[in-house]
Amino acid sequence: MTAVVQQSKPSFGAGTIILAGLSFFGFVLMIIRWATGLGATTALVDSRGWGIWIGFDVLCGIALAAGAFSVAAAVYIFQLKEFYPILRPTVLTGFIGYGLAALSIAIDLGFPHRIWHLLIYWNVHSPLFEVGWCVMTYVTVLGLEISPIVFEKFNLKAPLKLIRAITIPLVILGVILSTMHQSSLGTLFLPMASRVNPLWYSAILPILFFISAVAAGLSMVIIEASLSAAGLNHRLEVRLLGKIAKVIPYVLGLYLGIRAIDMLVAGDLRYMFTGDLFSFLFWAEVILGVILPIILFSMPTTRKNRYRMFWSAVLVVFGLIFNRINISLVGFDGAPYWPTWQELFISIGMVSIGALVFVLASRYLAVFSSHSPANAE
Amino acid sequence: MTINRRDFLKKTGFGLGGLLVQPDVSKLVTSPGSLKGGAGMLFDASKCVGCTECQVACKKRLNTLNPEVDISEYDVNPHDLSAYTWSLIKLYKDETDDSRSSFVKVQCMHCLHPACVSVCPVGALTKSEAGPVVYDDKKCFGCRYCMAACPFDVPKYQWDKVFPLIQKCDFCADRQEAGLQPACSSVCPTGALLYGEREELLLIAKNRIKNDSRYVDHIYGEHEVGGTAQLYISQVPFELLGFQALSAVSLPGLTWPWMAAVPGVVVVVGSLMSGIYWFTKRRNKLQLEKEE
Repeated sequence: MTAVVQQSKPSFGAGTIILAGLSFFGFVLMIIRWATGLGATTALVDSRGWGIWIGFDVLCGIALAAGAFSVAAAVYIFQLKEFYPILRPTVLTGFIGYGLAALSIAIDLGFPHRIWHLLIYWNVHSPLFEVGWCVMTYVTVLGLEISPIVFEKFNLKAPLKLIRAITIPLVILGVILSTMHQSSLGTLFLPMASRVNPLWYSAILPILFFISAVAAGLSMVIIEASLSAAGLNHRLEVRLLGKIAKVIPYVLGLYLGIRAIDMLVAGDLRYMFTGDLFSFLFWAEVILGVILPIILFSMPTTRKNRYRMFWSAVLVVFGLIFNRINISLVGFDGAPYWPTWQELFISIGMVSIGALVFVLASRYLAVFSSHSPANAE
Repeated sequence: MTINRRDFLKKTGFGLGGLLVQPDVSKLVTSPGSLKGGAGMLFDASKCVGCTECQVACKKRLNTLNPEVDISEYDVNPHDLSAYTWSLIKLYKDETDDSRSSFVKVQCMHCLHPACVSVCPVGALTKSEAGPVVYDDKKCFGCRYCMAACPFDVPKYQWDKVFPLIQKCDFCADRQEAGLQPACSSVCPTGALLYGEREELLLIAKNRIKNDSRYVDHIYGEHEVGGTAQLYISQVPFELLGFQALSAVSLPGLTWPWMAAVPGVVVVVGSLMSGIYWFTKRRNKLQLEKEE
C-alpha cells in the first residue's frame, strides 16, 4: 500500500485474499465442469445421481438462508423494529445464499444452458418445479429487498422511494415463497420411500424441513452477526441476538416433538437402537444438533455471552447440515460415493464466493447501518 | 383487510392444522398415469433359459435408433442396466441349491403411476395412454430427479457425454405404434416373455399360478407402487431375484397432496402475514396515541 491511499478502511486481510483465491479456483472448475461434463468431473454414477452439489450446496444453502425471511417478517410484519440493525446483513446473506443455490442447481444440471426450460415446460406435480420457481422468484424478491444499499450508495432517490413503497408486499411475498420451497425441499424426497433410510424418511418431511430451516436460519443470523462483528469491527448486538437465541429452543423443540411423534407413529423406533452407522449418525444429529442446542439456548447465561451463543448456533447449523446430508447422501440407498476434488472445490468455491461478496458489500455499502427504515417509523 | 381477529385466528388455526394432517394417499388418484389398462409384458422366470436373444434384439434396435451408440458393452455382458443397455438378462445363482437359481429380465417397469413422470420438473417424461413411459430429450435439462425417484433404479445417464441425456427402455413405443411387438418379446424363443394387454396378461399369470403349485403366489408388478405394465411370475422367491418388496402406494400420490396444498399455503400464509401486519400496525398506532 502506498502512502497516498487515504481511507480509514483497513486494507484487505489475508482472509479476504484466500477467499478470493478459492472463489476464483471454484469458478474456473465450474467452467471446466461445464466444458467437460459431469462424468469427467464428478464421482456420480447411475445409482448415485445426486452428490454434494445437491445435498450440501442446494439443500443446506437454501435452508441456512432461511434467516432472511424470518428476520424480514420480524421487522416488517411483526414490527419488532429493534431487529432492524441485523435486517440488512441477514437479507444480504439470503440474497447471496439463494443466488448461489441457483448457481449450484445450474452447475449440477446436465445441460446448464437449458435451465430456462423451467420457464416454458411446466410440470406442477414436480416438487423440483416448485422449488425452481420459488428460488427464481425469491432471488428477485431478496434482490429488491436489498437493493436500497446500492441505491443509497449512489444516492438514487427515485428507485429508493419505489422499493420502500413496495417493501411490505415484498416481505409478505418472501414469507409465502419461503414457506413454499423450504417445505418443498422436503417434498422432494417423499417419492423415495424405498431409498431413504427410515431414520430420515418421513411422510411429513415438508413440515420437518420447514421448521428445521427456520431454526438453522435464525442460528445463521447469530453466526453471521458474530463473525462480521469480529471481522469488520462492528458493534455486536448481543442483547438483540439474545432475543433471537430465546426463540430458537421453541422452534427446535417443536421440530423435535413433531419428529419424535412422527417416528413413533411410523414405527421407526426399532431403527434407532440397532447400533449400526445409521443409528449412530441419527443420534449424533439429534443430540448434538437439536437437543444440546435446546438446552444451551434455554440458559440465560448462554444468551448473554457472545461466544456461547455463537457456538450453540454452530451446533444447530451443523445439525441441519448433518440432517440434509444424511437424507440425500448417507441415508440414501445407492452406490458408494465420495466427492471428487473438483466437486469439493466447487462447493468450497461457492461458499467462498458467498463470503467474499458479503465482505466486499459490508466494506463498500451500508450493510450495517443503525438507522431505522423510512417507512416503518 | 377486513377480517376480525377472532375469525382470523380461527381460519389460520384451521389452515395450519390442515398442514399437520397426514394425507391419505391410498384414496388419491393422481392425474399422470392414472390409466388402468394399456399394454404390458409378462415375464415368466421359470420359462427363461437365459439365451439373451431379447437383450441382443434390444441392443440392435438401440443401435438403429442411434448409430453413434457404442454397443460393444454387449460383448462383455454387462452386470447392470446402463445408458446403453436398456434391457438385460440377469442370472441369480444359488450355489447350494441349483433349482433356486433363475434368470430374470430387467428393464423399465413402465409404472401405471410413474414417479419419474410426476417428479420431472420440465415434463420431459410422459406416460402414454398405450402404456410406455417415454422421454423427450429436447425438454430434459439433466436434473436427474427421475433417477433418484425411480423405485426400480431404471433411468440411466450418459456419464460419458459432455451433455448427457437420460436413457431407459421406452417399451419400443415406436414399434408398438406401428403395430409391432417390442423387440425383446418378439424374439423370445421359449414364451418366457409375453406381450399384450396388461389385463389379459394378469389373467394368464393368475392361471399359471393356480395350475402349478411351484409358482410363488404373487404377481410382481400387479400392485407394486400402484401397479406396473411389466409383470413377473416366478418359482423362485422374488427377493432372491433382486426384487425389492414395495408397497402398493402410488409414489406420485405421496407428493401430490403437498403440491396440491401449495395454493392453500399461499392463501393462508399470505393472509396470516397481512393480518399480523395490520394488527401490529394498529396496536403501535393506538399505543402512540395513548402516550400522547
